[in-house]
Amino acid sequence: MAVATAQTKAPKRRRKLFTMANWWGVLWVLPSILAVIVFVYGFIGWTARVSVSAWKGLLADYTFVGFENFTNLASDPRFSIDIQNTAIFTVVFVIGCLVVGLGLAILLDKGIRAEGFYRSLFLFPMAISFIVTGVVWRWLMNPAQGDRLSGLNLLFDKVGLDFLVNEWHGTPTWGIAAVAIPAVWQMSGYTMALYLAGLRAVPESLREAARVDGASELQVYRKVVMPLIRPVTLSAIIILGHISLKVFDLIIAMAGKQVALDVPSIYMWTTTFDGFFFGRGAAIGIVLLLSVAVLVIPYLWYTLRQESDS
Amino acid sequence: MTAVANAPSRRRSWVYIPLTMMALFYLVPLFVMLNTGFKSFDEVSLRTMWNLPAGLSFDNFRAAWEALRPNLWNSVKIVVPAATISSVLGSINGFVLAKWKFKWANIVFPVLLFGMFIPYQAVLIPLVTFMSKIGLAGGTWGLVLVHVVYGIPITTLIFRNYFATIPETLIEAAKIDGAGIFSTYTRIMLPLAIPSFVVVYIWQFTSAWNDFLFAVVLTNTENWPVTVALNNLAGSQIIAWNVQMAASFLAAVPTLLIYIFLGRYFLSGMMSGALKE
Repeated sequence: MAVATAQTKAPKRRRKLFTMANWWGVLWVLPSILAVIVFVYGFIGWTARVSVSAWKGLLADYTFVGFENFTNLASDPRFSIDIQNTAIFTVVFVIGCLVVGLGLAILLDKGIRAEGFYRSLFLFPMAISFIVTGVVWRWLMNPAQGDRLSGLNLLFDKVGLDFLVNEWHGTPTWGIAAVAIPAVWQMSGYTMALYLAGLRAVPESLREAARVDGASELQVYRKVVMPLIRPVTLSAIIILGHISLKVFDLIIAMAGKQVALDVPSIYMWTTTFDGFFFGRGAAIGIVLLLSVAVLVIPYLWYTLRQESDS
Repeated sequence: MTAVANAPSRRRSWVYIPLTMMALFYLVPLFVMLNTGFKSFDEVSLRTMWNLPAGLSFDNFRAAWEALRPNLWNSVKIVVPAATISSVLGSINGFVLAKWKFKWANIVFPVLLFGMFIPYQAVLIPLVTFMSKIGLAGGTWGLVLVHVVYGIPITTLIFRNYFATIPETLIEAAKIDGAGIFSTYTRIMLPLAIPSFVVVYIWQFTSAWNDFLFAVVLTNTENWPVTVALNNLAGSQIIAWNVQMAASFLAAVPTLLIYIFLGRYFLSGMMSGALKE
């Protein structure tokens, strides 16, 4: 992040000299800034307005009802299922990605042959859409039992791991954890790439010094490497966490609109566009936005400040 | 990654065991798609899902192609213009924010950037209302506009970070030679930024190709891109699972090819998404 050094050093005097030219700069970015102001901030404001309105049905109704839509959500049993599902999904998904990602990164960092091959292989799911992933995993995680055993269950049965046979996302309460498995499949390679970049930034001399002092390989990781890559873990948690708050397509493709596997993003979609409860849909959208903002804004602020300090 | 000094040694050969096991885990879905895809209709059965095909048959792929062909074309019609316009806009914004800074540039940038993280459910109702009002709901052009607009943050970020690494002296020299903003951008910056164009183009291509949420609320049935059509096909009782597998593969092929041939650039885009370089 040696990004900002050149800019911050630009002397003040020059700015005055090029005032006209700077106005050209503003003019060039103006269309984009306006587009973002309208499509992001304007629309968020509009959604906020809808969220405190009585709008139900196809005709817009902006009658102010205060926070009624929000308080209704708080006592809505479907919304509590959503929160529980999001919590379970987030924990399984984030921890799964961190463990798999860090494990793979450590293995790849050993200076092995064919590193590039393995790295590409672990990353390829990132290029695929959640819909494709969902459709394929829906058949891999087919919950049918007995004679109709198929997918991974059939594979487990064949290789003698029949204790692993389960109903996947058909399992009550914990079914959503099964949906997190394909999500880990898709995003753990990305986590690995983040960690690998972090590991590569740890100078070899530091590890060497620890080894000379008699540290075992495990101690080198625990005492030297891990503390140094803690910032990577933090960014990974924020990026993965905000993805899991927004998870939508994967669940739709795997399980459709089942209430048992419902999450806020799906509830918003169905209640708005199938049920025409616009007020409630907007309220869910705002709740989602706030939860993402709490996670992302400190991160943005911190990262950008760090960049301009360097 | 060439900086690794340790040569591969015999002592570390155990490393290949967990790596290969994980590699197999990553390949399972791909294997199932292709293995099922190449079976003939008579061979297909959920009970023999893991058996290899007796011979190469294209029944499934043919059926999937028939079902998805119009939607694959719709996706192309959305994704190619979206990625092209995004790249041009992003390069302009990135250039100005990195090298032709104005007074509020340091405030504008984070304000733009936040747009990249928002859950789109928070803008969906106004978006659909607005797009219907301006007559762009239902068709593919509306989706192009949406991908371009919501792509502004990431494309600006990638170009800005790249342009920031270009020495200030180059701009100064151009200014002294009398170059204005336009010729500095086209004659000096653009030729240097070709790698960033590749990164941004394939990033936008991939995310627009893989999008589902915008497409499902903003397109009519006949304009559905491939993701919406695939999801619909998977939810129907009429299309058999084996055709769904082949269809999934067809929907994944374009982005997979990009990944295989331009993986380095793809990774670089992904890292920018985490605000890492």
